[in-house]
Amino acid sequence: MVPLSWYIILSAVLFCIGVFGFLARRNMIVMFISIELMLNAVNISLVAFSHYLQQVTGQILVFFVITVAAAEAAIGLAILIAYYKNNPTVKADDASLMKG
Amino acid sequence: MDNVIMNNLDYPILSWTVLLPVFGSLLLLFMQNARAVRWTALIFTLLTFAISLPLLTQFDKGTHLMQFVEKHEWIPSWGINYIIGIDGISILFVFLTTILSILCVLVSWNSINTRVREFHIAILAMEAAMVGVFVSLDFFLFYLFWEAMLIPMFLLIGVWGGANKLYASIKFFLYTLVGSVLMLVGIVVLYFAGGKTLDILTLSTLSLPMGLQFWLFLAFFAAFAVKVPMFPVHTWLPDAHTEAPTAGSVILAGVLIKMGAYGFLRFSMPMLPDATRLFIPVLMVLSVVAIIYGALVCFAQKDFKRLIAYSSVSHMGFVTLGLFAMNTQGVEGGILQMINHGIITGAMFLMIGMIYERTHTRVISEYGGFAKIVPWYAGLFCILTFASVGLPGTNGFVGEFLIIFGAFKAKQIIGVLSALGIILGAGYMLRLYQDIFFQDAAPDFEKKGKHPVWDLDMREVLTLAPLLLLVFWIGFYPNTFLSYMHASVEHLISRVNYTAYAGQENLIAKYIMEIF
Amino acid sequence: MIKYTLIPLLPLIAFVINILFGRNYIRDKAHWVAIPAIVGSLLLAISAFFDVAGGNVININVYDWIVSGDFNVSAGLMIDQLTAIMLLVVTICGTLIFIYSVGYMHGDEGYYRFFAYLCLFIFSMLVLVMGNNFLVMYFGWEAVGLCSYFLIGFWFNKKSAGDAGKKAFIVNRFGDFGFGLGVILIFLTFGTLDFVGVFGQAGSFAGQTINFLGWEVDLVTLICLLLFCGAVGKSAQLPLHVWLPDAMEGPTPVSALIHAATMVTAGVFMVARCNPLFIESPIAMNTVAIVGGVTAIFAATIALVQNDIKRVIAYSTVSQLGYMFLALGVGAFSAGVFHLYTHAFFKALLFLASGSVIHALHNEQDMRNMGGLKKYMPITYAVFIIGTLSITGIFPFAGFFSKDEILWRAFLAGDMGKFLWLLGTIAALLTSFYSWRLIFMTFHGDFRGTSEQEHHLHESPKVITVPLMILAVGAVAAGWVGIPPLFMEHGDKIGEFLAPVLGHPSGHGTHAQEWFVVGISSLVAVLGGIVAYVMYVKKTDIAGKIASAFKPVHALLYNKYYVDELYDTTLIQPVMKASDKVILGFIDKTIIEGIVNGIPNVIGVFSRKLRTIQTGVFGSYGLAMTVGALCIIGYLFFQR
Repeated sequence: MVPLSWYIILSAVLFCIGVFGFLARRNMIVMFISIELMLNAVNISLVAFSHYLQQVTGQILVFFVITVAAAEAAIGLAILIAYYKNNPTVKADDASLMKG
Repeated sequence: MDNVIMNNLDYPILSWTVLLPVFGSLLLLFMQNARAVRWTALIFTLLTFAISLPLLTQFDKGTHLMQFVEKHEWIPSWGINYIIGIDGISILFVFLTTILSILCVLVSWNSINTRVREFHIAILAMEAAMVGVFVSLDFFLFYLFWEAMLIPMFLLIGVWGGANKLYASIKFFLYTLVGSVLMLVGIVVLYFAGGKTLDILTLSTLSLPMGLQFWLFLAFFAAFAVKVPMFPVHTWLPDAHTEAPTAGSVILAGVLIKMGAYGFLRFSMPMLPDATRLFIPVLMVLSVVAIIYGALVCFAQKDFKRLIAYSSVSHMGFVTLGLFAMNTQGVEGGILQMINHGIITGAMFLMIGMIYERTHTRVISEYGGFAKIVPWYAGLFCILTFASVGLPGTNGFVGEFLIIFGAFKAKQIIGVLSALGIILGAGYMLRLYQDIFFQDAAPDFEKKGKHPVWDLDMREVLTLAPLLLLVFWIGFYPNTFLSYMHASVEHLISRVNYTAYAGQENLIAKYIMEIF
Repeated sequence: MIKYTLIPLLPLIAFVINILFGRNYIRDKAHWVAIPAIVGSLLLAISAFFDVAGGNVININVYDWIVSGDFNVSAGLMIDQLTAIMLLVVTICGTLIFIYSVGYMHGDEGYYRFFAYLCLFIFSMLVLVMGNNFLVMYFGWEAVGLCSYFLIGFWFNKKSAGDAGKKAFIVNRFGDFGFGLGVILIFLTFGTLDFVGVFGQAGSFAGQTINFLGWEVDLVTLICLLLFCGAVGKSAQLPLHVWLPDAMEGPTPVSALIHAATMVTAGVFMVARCNPLFIESPIAMNTVAIVGGVTAIFAATIALVQNDIKRVIAYSTVSQLGYMFLALGVGAFSAGVFHLYTHAFFKALLFLASGSVIHALHNEQDMRNMGGLKKYMPITYAVFIIGTLSITGIFPFAGFFSKDEILWRAFLAGDMGKFLWLLGTIAALLTSFYSWRLIFMTFHGDFRGTSEQEHHLHESPKVITVPLMILAVGAVAAGWVGIPPLFMEHGDKIGEFLAPVLGHPSGHGTHAQEWFVVGISSLVAVLGGIVAYVMYVKKTDIAGKIASAFKPVHALLYNKYYVDELYDTTLIQPVMKASDKVILGFIDKTIIEGIVNGIPNVIGVFSRKLRTIQTGVFGSYGLAMTVGALCIIGYLFFQR
């Protein structure tokens, strides 16, 4: 039986990697993957708590998160491709059209 | 629901009236040909008018209860229902709306040539929303229609408007939105105060505490006063009226600004009767100020359309004055004057649009001698001018006389001052008429010669005919219209005058002191 | 019932036909629609006259006009003796003037329009006199004002005509302001607007007071004074007389019909109609009498020096209307109405005759460019003389009887009456002078116009002269229905006829006093004529010398006491300036729009500052988000 704290630690580590990746890397694809990583880190902790508390709610929420993540990835990548057609680069710093 | 009369016709007549224009606008989405679009829009507005006719004949004038009521559950967990119905106060507005919508399509026949389809979709959507506002008996539904009205109007001004259209449309939108957001807050408060219901009829029988009524009245006042528009918040109106395309001005002047006064009648007065009585002196003074102020401003106008727009401020001052005189003559006169103003000013904007198509100018000083150039036009405009100054035999007289009578009965000085507005009204309208139609044609205009000016054609005469007919009908036999109101108005007045706090003005005054 | 309803309806139908089809179809045949209509009304009016001659009153409610709560007014007609007289005056003068217009307006491009307006006017005037309640009367009252506006501004391409029409309407509105409030107050007091109901209760409200705008005032007096406001406007009394002289911009038949014979007498009619109210209020009666007397003198003095032939007659009309109010004010209602009736004939005659002159001279109205016309226009000259003899009150012309009745009644009415009598007698002297001055300047001496005009001088056609001759008969004989007892027992037929409505005047005097009054008034009438003869025929240089000797007085009179200028500087200009500079420029554009546009501007400034935070770089957004999340977590963590 793996204690709950291990899952939490794994989740926290994965989340921190995701945050670091999001902040440190400039490649937009990598940033995307980092976001997915963070989402999945949360999923792990949700499933772990769900099992620990013997409640199904957490697992249901995970399905929601997965759905949202899929939708987000689909839309995000679509935007990215559309963007790439206009500006052949995936460097995030170049995309500053929204500068006020 | 035992205090209403359910719809006993075979079909949901009010729903049809609201939905037909919506269907029409949906149908237009699939059309390309401008000619087909115009005809479809015309047919749908005519159909809407035709289908609402049984309302007039089947209406029971003897009761103040809501009639033709349809009720369906909508969002039960929030207490939101789909309830629509009309009484003696709203029935005439439904007709004003359906008639003016037909005329709006007709008058735009030649003048709108860009984005024809979208234009007519906006007109039909507008019609649906306006009828919706007048028939809703549920606050949620009402607010939905109330805000829905803003969008097509915003587009009408912003897309098909004149030179300064962007400024005017945004000003119109923001002005009214600020008011209606405050109203939304009021509605939410009412929802909780009234026991989690949004049923307008239920809310109209409550006796809310005075302090709550006070603040709610102010919140509703913000929305309705802007719409009317009452004196200090009127400045959106001249811009919006002037820049809007003809059909937009007609709808604005004809129906939209009546919504404010209608709101006072339907919500402020029956729901907040004690606060209404408290505010009556202030509102009467504001109304008189609007009458005189609006009239004086007209003397300084150089733009044809702007002058008529400002005259609306003065005329709507009469309307609110009548409503807040809070006696039978005043309120009935006020309601009738709303209809009158819709007819007269609506027709005037139609006519201004027609002449603008020919001359492409609205500057009064560039006109002159038009009685010779376009005699039929001059004659019809003359009728409207005198209806506007309240000459007996026209509808303007009946409304204004009843209002001044009611105001005088309520407070003499107010009645006397408002009668001054009639003198001023004659002054600016006759000045306008003389400058446009009399003397010799402005040499400047003749020299240009690039715009041939022709007299009214058959389509235009047909457009104006129903309104001119109503001018004399109401002038000579107003009882056709007044008789619809009697029961509802009497009920409203007794509601405002009899409440828990009646006769306890000292107590109210004390309460107000506590608030501050 | 239909018979009586048709009296006003016939002209209305004629109006509708003419205005709708006149332009394209009827054109110069418009009189074929109009004249049958008015003749029909005339015949029906005569029949109605005999129906009420026996003393009964016809009162019909046609339909309910306005019903709102307890306010219930019907559209109804009433024909009593007073109305019957008015009906005759209106339709007889109307018929003659319609016929005259056929000649006078011949060839005008607005011919059909002219007859349409005239028909509408007759309709309105008939409604005014036939209404059985105050609101119907108000309807007619405003409608005649509308027609007057149309007809004064008939030649609308002239700026002065448009201005005059506008002025007439707006000045009248000032009067109607009072009238309307009076009507409202009547309803609030009596609970009805029907003449029968109101006058029946008039006595019971005498002496009651009401708090009006903070003052405690006598109720009936207030009502009467408010109603009188309307009469002052419509009948061009001081201080609202300014529109009538300007109204002469209209075609001459209009001046005759509307601004002399019928519409302007509506005020007199109204006060006479409301006599049961007025006699309850001595203050109101005195006000009426004094306004009338002062106006009579005031207008007569202005008429002395005017050079426009129509303006002289216009001021004379104002003056004569003053006479009528003087009569009403001293309680001699039937004398006032009698003068109204005779005045209609001789004033219509004078106007139409002057129209004949103007027509012959191709729209020349300045008397300084006339003279010596008697040999060219003998018929016009003859009828002009008859009209003048009548207006100056020479026995046995119509004006003599009515004017004498007024002066006699004034003489009997106490101390104030003596003063009013003096005013009236002086006004009679002035009237005589300016009337004869007009004749001498126009018809005597040498022609002073252009030779071109002289070449075309001619007597007017029959269609013009025949109505003149008929009116001349009226100007001679119309007064014979009101011969005072001094000359003939039971000669005052009209007074007896009107007695059921207007009552009998009070006051008795001796025969000697009456002879004195008659003698004085006849004397001043002759005297005025002699002075005018000396000044304008014998020694034509005297007039100029007097004018230059009393230059300020002459200037004052010539400029009509500067009343127009006074109104312009104290009322019109301030309103115009205030509306432009203060209301629109300052309050609307600066204060309200300043706030309205100021709020978005402030928000705009703020948001321009705020937007620099938006760098557009993902990384910084991500960092901000992370830091923010950490802060929240830290807060939650350490909060425990």
